Amino acid sequence: MDVLLIHLLNSLLYASVLFLIAGGLSLIYGVMRIVNLAHGNIYAFGAYVTAWVIGSVVANASVPVWLVLLPVGAVATAILGAILEPTLLRPFYKRAEEYQLLCTFGLLMILEDLMRFLWGPYPLSASALFESFGSFSVGESIYPTYNFLVIGVGAAAAIFLWAFIYRTKFGVVLRATSQNMRMASALGVNVNRVFIEAFTLGCFMAGLGGAIIVPSQSAVLGMGVDALVLAFIVVVIGGLGSLEGALVGALIVGFVREAGITWFAEIELAVLYLIAALVLLVRPAGLFGRP
Amino acid sequence: MSVPAPAPRTTASATRPLRIAVPIAVLLALVPLVLPPYSSILLAYGLVMAIGALGFNLLLGYTGLLSFGHSAYFGVGAYAVALMVKYLRVTSMELFLVGAIVASVLITALFGVVCVRYTRIFFGILTLALSQVLWSLAFKFFWVTGGTDGLRVPTPSLFAGLVTGAGDKIAFMSHAYYYYVLITFCVCVALMWVIVNSPFGMALQAIRDNETRAEFVGVQIWRYRWVAFLVSGVFTGLAGALWVPLNGLTTPDIMHWTFSGEIVFMTVLGGFRSFAGPIIGAIVFNYLKTYAVGYTVYWQLLLGAVLVGLVLSLPTGIVGTASRLVARFQGRS
Amino acid sequence: MEGAKISLLITKDLVKWFGDTHAVDHVNFTVKESEVLALIGSNGAGKTTLVNLISTKQSVHGRIKAGIARSFQLVNLFDQLTARDNVALTIFSREGKIANLVALAASDSAVWDEAHEILKAFGLEAKARTLAGGVSQGERKLLDVAVAYALRPKLLFLDEPTSGVSTREKAPIMDTVTSVVRSTGISAAIIEHDMDVVFNYSDRIVAMHQGAILADGPPDEIRRNETVITNLIGTTEAR
Repeated sequence: MDVLLIHLLNSLLYASVLFLIAGGLSLIYGVMRIVNLAHGNIYAFGAYVTAWVIGSVVANASVPVWLVLLPVGAVATAILGAILEPTLLRPFYKRAEEYQLLCTFGLLMILEDLMRFLWGPYPLSASALFESFGSFSVGESIYPTYNFLVIGVGAAAAIFLWAFIYRTKFGVVLRATSQNMRMASALGVNVNRVFIEAFTLGCFMAGLGGAIIVPSQSAVLGMGVDALVLAFIVVVIGGLGSLEGALVGALIVGFVREAGITWFAEIELAVLYLIAALVLLVRPAGLFGRP
Repeated sequence: MSVPAPAPRTTASATRPLRIAVPIAVLLALVPLVLPPYSSILLAYGLVMAIGALGFNLLLGYTGLLSFGHSAYFGVGAYAVALMVKYLRVTSMELFLVGAIVASVLITALFGVVCVRYTRIFFGILTLALSQVLWSLAFKFFWVTGGTDGLRVPTPSLFAGLVTGAGDKIAFMSHAYYYYVLITFCVCVALMWVIVNSPFGMALQAIRDNETRAEFVGVQIWRYRWVAFLVSGVFTGLAGALWVPLNGLTTPDIMHWTFSGEIVFMTVLGGFRSFAGPIIGAIVFNYLKTYAVGYTVYWQLLLGAVLVGLVLSLPTGIVGTASRLVARFQGRS
Repeated sequence: MEGAKISLLITKDLVKWFGDTHAVDHVNFTVKESEVLALIGSNGAGKTTLVNLISTKQSVHGRIKAGIARSFQLVNLFDQLTARDNVALTIFSREGKIANLVALAASDSAVWDEAHEILKAFGLEAKARTLAGGVSQGERKLLDVAVAYALRPKLLFLDEPTSGVSTREKAPIMDTVTSVVRSTGISAAIIEHDMDVVFNYSDRIVAMHQGAILADGPPDEIRRNETVITNLIGTTEAR
């Protein structure tokens, strides 16, 4: 029974991070109709920055300081996003999609080596924060308390985003632009500003995903591309452009992966691909997607 | 046929390209006789990559499908050869090529069925994901693939055993093997040229330009894309097979996405909207890589930055930009 | 002169729902041999839906075998291929030669000769070697029709062939299209909003309204039809 509970918690943990990454990807696509291939590396960048700050820079500080600085990775990626959108993405909106894919792929390569350049080829960890939370018992097993923080942040992000998008004026503008950019522009919406804001928000989410997970597992090179592939599976299942889809997709992937790791360790990724393939066959737009 | 109107000079006639290709082939054939062994071996690598890029561009330039996972097929070709050495003790290059082609057909047929139904971005990430799966399999099944150590491949015998690898390996690679690669390269170029200028090639371009209309005109989108995927993968697999005796060793690295990125890069560098672009791009890239690797360990950064720069300002690549310059020059004089 | 004309296409009680609305409501629609038919109706009357239904009813090959082809309201061409290639490609496909990957397309002169003839019939021969993306809007419209025509259909559906084209260019386009159609004896069903075009070029007019056929007859008859005038001619764009 408690083993089941642990599996449940692990799934939620995984789903939280995936939701942040895939949600960011979906948000950006929903508003701007672009897919940033470097999105996974933005997540990785957030992880690295946070790991560096709380793992090295203030390694001797205390838990509260670490907690306050935890989102620094997300802030860094938000700034990165705000710089990238007008410089590297905007030139491609009017061009054939291949160019956009090529450019973001180039960005992926740049970021990968940038992280290597800044932080070296070895994993960067911030485990002190993780350990400081200790663990609590679940029946006869123990479970790291820190993971609740991750799950909590994931849930809070989902709620906050929902409120933001459906209850604020900015959210209305965002939704209007995503549904009909020309019309929104004709009504006076500054589409360029909406784009930067949406992209920044998407990058913030991805960076936050990296930031909160890094104390529990180190930042390593290559984590970005792995995350990209997983985020892709999430949006295939949930539907590209839909936040509800990202949430549901993340939960599904989280559970399936946990089940897969437990019972079929070797082919865990294959099971996920299988589900993605199935969804693509039955409902190509994903569960919540717009065709 | 009477010729009152301009004779239908269609999408391509064979004479003009031949007038360019034959002298180049002759020049290439002279390389081992004129330049030191190191140069021919380096050029052999370039020609091998050119075959791979040519295959890749059938999908990108002609069918409009951008694959981020072509390293997988290169790897399949290379590992097919290595496994034939390991388990079947094969040494004939011809058998290697056959084995690589068979393996590539099987894998691309399977992957193609999955990938080809989907639109651009999904296609791209699917190809990336599948290549990562293969890459991780190469690690996981280390007792078969040698894991990170990889598998060694000794010098093969060429032309049905007529030319063996006995004796000086450098001399073999820079002469006999070089010519073998050159001949295969010429055959591949000719074959690809026919394919892109065939009715099938026109259908691919139609699909690239306007799926809806292509279907209304009677072209079965899915099927044609799948065949293009297959041909593309086989060319790249063949390149992998030719590469592995040159390199002497194959490791999982060549199936990693970073190598796919290099294939993408070299094709865009040369110009993906032309036939010769990928060839030029691959050869130039090969030289760039050889000399630049000595300068910096941040190879991905350099590649990425140049790729972004290319796409921003020189989207037609070397060949496209050169043609434009030539046209402008001719326009002036 | 009606009478002995054979019917080329008959639909019986064709129905299509979009949600709660009858987009096409039990339509009995007939096209006869060698006639130019105009399909009119205000927006939402169901004209395009009807055409879509008919032209996509079968598989790709079924349609071509049945001899139906269509052009598109928003021009649908292969922009990076030349005008000649656009047409030739269609012929290759029609002839079942398109799957060939080991023969040069250039070597099949019969196809290219026919492509040139078709381009000539549509007045596009001068632009044969120009990329489809680079010709004028009127020429694109003609090329769109030429590509559909190259399938040698018995019935050609044309979806607003003169929309988006200046008034001055409309007549030449329609002249070309109707002369090709009549000289080869095929039938054409043209969706049109421009009443001048409709009355000047068609043998028969079918008027639709809210998914059903309102009236069906020669131009003179339709011109005098009260219901048509109230529902359609009054509400279409003023000249």
